[in-house]
Amino acid sequence: MAIPLAASSPTVASSTPRKAVALISGGLDSLLAARVMLEQGIHVEGINFYTGFCVEGHTHAIRREHQDKPKRNNALWVAEQLGIKLHIVDVIEEYKSVLLNPKHGYGANLNPCLDCKGFMVKKAREWMEQNGFDFIITGEVIGQRPMSQRRDTMPVVARESGAFDRLLRPLCAKLLPETLPEREGWVDREKLLDFNGRSRKPQMALAARYEFVDYAQPAGGCCFLTNEQYSHKLADLWQARGSREYDLDDIMLLKVGRHLRPRPHFKLIVGRDEGENNYLEGYRKRFISLRSPVTPGPLVLIEGENLSEEDLALAARLTARFGRGRESTGVTIEIARPGEAVRTVTVAPLPADEVPAQWYL
Amino acid sequence: MVSVGNEHRLDARGLLCPMPVIRTQERVATLQPGDTLEVVCTDPGALHDIPAWCRVHGHEVTATRREGTVITITVRVAGT
Repeated sequence: MAIPLAASSPTVASSTPRKAVALISGGLDSLLAARVMLEQGIHVEGINFYTGFCVEGHTHAIRREHQDKPKRNNALWVAEQLGIKLHIVDVIEEYKSVLLNPKHGYGANLNPCLDCKGFMVKKAREWMEQNGFDFIITGEVIGQRPMSQRRDTMPVVARESGAFDRLLRPLCAKLLPETLPEREGWVDREKLLDFNGRSRKPQMALAARYEFVDYAQPAGGCCFLTNEQYSHKLADLWQARGSREYDLDDIMLLKVGRHLRPRPHFKLIVGRDEGENNYLEGYRKRFISLRSPVTPGPLVLIEGENLSEEDLALAARLTARFGRGRESTGVTIEIARPGEAVRTVTVAPLPADEVPAQWYL
Repeated sequence: MVSVGNEHRLDARGLLCPMPVIRTQERVATLQPGDTLEVVCTDPGALHDIPAWCRVHGHEVTATRREGTVITITVRVAGT
């Protein structure tokens, strides 16, 4: 492949700008990294991967408590701020092998961060090659994440993704060896940054300089797998099934409701508000569902098989426990099996002290 | 000038965001400039996301309809 002569200043010397594909999560770092490249006259388009575990999107829309906030897709919001195209890619199926067999293992929870970053950069590299782009940028910062963003793991990502020196991290490039875009003069290394560590202050200062406001700052990052409670529910699901298979509905349902496993062979998913009840409604064709037709309360799904009458009675008493009738002596509960007539029972709500803490997932 | 293109339909009912956007993007990639795509979906998040996706790619949302829980968004594919 012929590499054109290096230009000392790409913004003035080259008529067709070099092209970079930017990994865009919707957070601040990737926004800034892309902005730094645009400032150097690089043509940037964003790519965003949807694994199914993304905090982004729908989950904020489901719960009522979040309904005062705008339901925006942050990656698209970032693209609009930057004036760049954004390609959202469904990697749900391919991602399974990353999650199930991470070569570099998991972080504190079921988060395979290093394998995940390598996978995403690899997908971005393939996209770059298919679309005639020149290099890849990410918002990575040395020391920002304990597993994937360390001085010793950054070369692992570059190598295992096959991106090698076509992977540029503008926010910490000055602390890393020179990459192809820098060597060739496509970008000016002097204008790149030297951020490192967990502090967010340099990013916030740069955001202020670029006049970005209202950017997303999710506390636990952008992935549910870094969340301890979520990982616990996922591990429970795998254990109960005796297999680590999952589909999109499984991992979506883990994001919704209160999950309780009163017996090893079944668990309950209890809607916590109207938004969650509405969402769970869509699954009544697949699961046994319970709710009171008269007393306000949750819609409850049962995930499990071979339920006995005692199991159903327990599920009904728990359904009553999480509704407004929890203090009454008897609550009417409808039990609906997919494709069968609805049964109605009247049960005593299970008292709080008969719900052991270990039932909660 | 109104260019008359082919009309297409995408059923994204039951999908949660960002899936309706991803399916729209995949489908639009197969269409010609001037074609229209009617996306039928049920996640209200699509009311925000599909127009946002169209804006960053230069496509036009020509109509948005809501009937009960079903949302229909019509997209006109931009020239390249």
